Amino acid sequence: MLVKVFVTLKEGVLDPQGKAVQNSLHSLGFGAVQDVRVGKYLELQLDADGADDAEEQARRMCDKLLANPVIEDYRFEIAGTAE
Amino acid sequence: MRWGVAVFPGSCDDDDVVHCLRNVLGQDVCTLWHKDPFDGGCDGVVLPGGFSYGDYLRAGAMARFSPVMQGIVEFARAGGLVLGICNGFQILCESGLLPGALTRNASLRFVCRRVHLRVEDNRSPFTRLAQPGELLEMPVKHGEGRYHADAATLRDLDDNGQVLLRYADAAGEVSDEANPNGSVDGIAGICNRQRNVFGLMPHPEDATEAVLGGVSGLKIFSSMAAEIARGSGA
Amino acid sequence: MSNPDTDPVTSEVVEAHGLTDHEYDEIRRLLGRDPNLTELGVFSVMWSEHCSYKSSRKHLKHFPTQGARVIHGPGENAGVMDIGDGLAVVFKIESHNHPSFIEPYQGAATGVGGILRDVFTMGARPIASLNSLRFGSVRHPKTPYLVNGVVGGIGGYGNCIGVPTVGGEIYFDECYDANILVNAFTLGLVERDRIFTGKARGPGNPVVYVGSKTGRDGVHGATMASESFSEDSEQRRPTVQVGDPFTEKLLLEACLELMKTDAIVGIQDMGAAGLTSSAVEMAGRAGSGVELELTHVPLREQGMTPYEILLSESQERMLLVARPESVEQVQAIFQRWDLDAVVVGRVIDEPVFRVLSEGREVASIPVAALTDSAPSYDRPATRPPRQDHVQRLDVAALPQPENMNRVLERLLESPNIASREWVYRQYDHYVRSNTVVAPGADAAVVRIKGTSRGLALTVDCNARYCYLDPHAGGMAAVAEAARNLACVGATPLGLTDCLNFGNPEKEDVMWQFSQAILGMREACLALEIPVVSGNVSFYNETEGVSIHPTPTVAMVGLLDDVGRIATPWFKEEGDLVVLLGANRGELGGSEYLKVVHDRVAGKPPRVDLTLERGVQRTCRAAVEAGLLSSAHDVSEGGLAVALAEACFGSPGIGAVIELEPEGRADAFLFGESHSRIVVSLKETDYGRLQEMASREGVPAAVIGRAGGSRLVIGDLVQAPVERLQNLWSAALERCIK
Repeated sequence: MLVKVFVTLKEGVLDPQGKAVQNSLHSLGFGAVQDVRVGKYLELQLDADGADDAEEQARRMCDKLLANPVIEDYRFEIAGTAE
Repeated sequence: MRWGVAVFPGSCDDDDVVHCLRNVLGQDVCTLWHKDPFDGGCDGVVLPGGFSYGDYLRAGAMARFSPVMQGIVEFARAGGLVLGICNGFQILCESGLLPGALTRNASLRFVCRRVHLRVEDNRSPFTRLAQPGELLEMPVKHGEGRYHADAATLRDLDDNGQVLLRYADAAGEVSDEANPNGSVDGIAGICNRQRNVFGLMPHPEDATEAVLGGVSGLKIFSSMAAEIARGSGA
Repeated sequence: MSNPDTDPVTSEVVEAHGLTDHEYDEIRRLLGRDPNLTELGVFSVMWSEHCSYKSSRKHLKHFPTQGARVIHGPGENAGVMDIGDGLAVVFKIESHNHPSFIEPYQGAATGVGGILRDVFTMGARPIASLNSLRFGSVRHPKTPYLVNGVVGGIGGYGNCIGVPTVGGEIYFDECYDANILVNAFTLGLVERDRIFTGKARGPGNPVVYVGSKTGRDGVHGATMASESFSEDSEQRRPTVQVGDPFTEKLLLEACLELMKTDAIVGIQDMGAAGLTSSAVEMAGRAGSGVELELTHVPLREQGMTPYEILLSESQERMLLVARPESVEQVQAIFQRWDLDAVVVGRVIDEPVFRVLSEGREVASIPVAALTDSAPSYDRPATRPPRQDHVQRLDVAALPQPENMNRVLERLLESPNIASREWVYRQYDHYVRSNTVVAPGADAAVVRIKGTSRGLALTVDCNARYCYLDPHAGGMAAVAEAARNLACVGATPLGLTDCLNFGNPEKEDVMWQFSQAILGMREACLALEIPVVSGNVSFYNETEGVSIHPTPTVAMVGLLDDVGRIATPWFKEEGDLVVLLGANRGELGGSEYLKVVHDRVAGKPPRVDLTLERGVQRTCRAAVEAGLLSSAHDVSEGGLAVALAEACFGSPGIGAVIELEPEGRADAFLFGESHSRIVVSLKETDYGRLQEMASREGVPAAVIGRAGGSRLVIGDLVQAPVERLQNLWSAALERCIK
């Protein structure tokens, strides 16, 4: 299974990287950009017994390691069988 | 008494801490290899700076799962003295031994410079030999040292006197200019509620010899040594 | 079915590999047959300018490389010098110019990684790094991007591996707009009897591959240029080399742990031309041969051909030759650090580089054909007619500025003079707890633990001088580096150079190259400084326009007492300010001429090596005797800028200088005559300084006193130090933001 994990900063946590990207976009003329938040994207190739199992495994991995609950939120998608 | 200095793959300042403890302070020091379980045969533990596991994913995120850390967490929960410097502070936060998190510097750049630190509280085994309001000077060198915690946590830290060090200017004033990374409230170092676990971003081990420009980092290590010698442990 | 790896090659393929017809004929003669594609690839990298020094070898012979302290000179992975106490230093500088222009962060990062491996491959623990950077004009739209990427990459790699970056230099000039220079230097410390060399000794000894897996990174560009030999050329596109400092850190620790044992007989990093050059060079040094079985090489990508495996420049890899009985020990140490260690071949008696893939021979080349028999050219060198034109400068025709205060401010804000703190703040310069003098002084100083001694390090080159007069510029680069060491009180041990030039096939470039080397040689001989390692980077040109010749000199000095040093900054109110050396008011090639008059012209300041030697000896003796509160070299921006910088300590102290110009005020204030050091000291010590100076025949005139909050120079300059310091501190960041 391919699991796509998205880790983002929690609302309210300052994101200086996002701010820098926003400033760059503005200086390039993309004035319509209201806000930028930069996150992480991970792809996991997973051995799993069906989608429920994959979901369960992915959730545990996120809670334990992939995201820091103090500053980050996460969500994931299960994209089906890889290869 | 015996000190343990943890060595993770990617630790950089482990040799510096060992040098300072052994050669400057004449202490008995052993290194704690990350793959070995830690059985508590030390009176104090230091988690040194560096880039454990490359700091890939998040600084300190992977070190916390190493075998040695399992034992160090137990040691800390039992009241053992644990000092985390820079990457060590990040590991302590990731491990849940200290509240909050260390995030990317506001400047988005690595920062290496000498800073002044105001001692906010000396009622701890790490700052006992310093006076409240005293200024220490030592280097910071990190890319992810901006301390972050939610408002309730910050209130707790203040109410319990857990903020031990703040970035200040040469006159002792906490200001944005004196803050090298954008840490909330100028926080440079905090301890846990039980006051036996301390994390700080600056590097006291790089300020222990006059030839290197200052000795105020000795206050931290000497306070710990005095505490351990007193036999109270925490 | 055809096999692209073993089939004979066509003339297009030869050309795509950058080999001339003559070189190809020579290859056929040496082999006694046509090479196959894999062999051609091996020849093309081993005979490349980078590996063979074919255009430079003849000239490099002019460098003095001998000295009482030299343990290994040029030819090894890095130079090695004895520093006493049973210790030796290992150091080298190397360029990573073109990769850094294509991908500044990764290019600079892998440059740092490469030079670190050159040093620890000899058994030395790296303890300090420097870098020398050249960028285009700050007004060029690409410059900020390149500066940010390169500085980020150097920091990203060096910080993570735990080696302090203690100094460097950074200059901006239009000539580097499309060809930046990134030169990285590392110094390591080793016990004198634990030095390792890159020799494949002992037939039958296993050859072991350690470190990262091999991918297609940086595979020789020729594969891309020759579309015909492959159907999947898109996939063969070489990728940018990506550095992994974490793996390098593990590799460093594992290698140093291994080197405490007697398990290995030789070791070399896989740098340019990867597995090929490391295996061939190790065999060449030992007079042996090497046989490799590529099937055993750990691969990161699928479907890699022998050609690609041999030429890959994947980072963080080393090749070592072990004792047969020690393979398990080697593997155990690397496993402890979570790294691969795989036997990929063996040393053979027959001096041949033989490569097998699944037991089938894919290349077999006499080692000497790749090393000793590589071409060496005596390329024509001619002084270009334009040289007379660029040296022409009618100083009398230059209008003199009214307000010298304003000129000083403009110079302090020039990106070539302004504070470099924005750059070095991004580098860890404290790790390893040895840094006595951090970046920002004339030279950095690190102490040697367990001894009273210290090492001083600096890197220097004024490329504008080299452009105007490569001979004088080469001399000046060596002289200034040595002077910077003298300012902190250190005695030069030796130097390593990175010779960055244009296209050697052009006669004027070759003339610059040969002249610069002769100038460097002259200064090395006069100041008794051997050249122990170095690197040549040619083809630094874009659209036919060469960069200014830039022979970067990194120099290492020794301090017997690391507690006895000087820094550039005035310390005590009332100290006398003394100028060692003489004002000659030379304006040619000065930063003043460029900033104020927009001219790069004239003859650069003359180097008088006798005076230079005397000034350095005087300064060094005075520091050793503990006489000096400060010492600062006069360089870009001249006396006025040197005095201003001496005021910028923490806290800053002003100075009142009572010196009348003989001749033009601008030349007096901003001329860049060599062999000058501004020192400050207690009035009561001046007599002793004078004695020392007169023994060396060096002028040592009192020019004023430190103190107050203003810098005053006669009635020409009068400004608050704080204002000058603020301008100087903020300028660089503003320029490149």
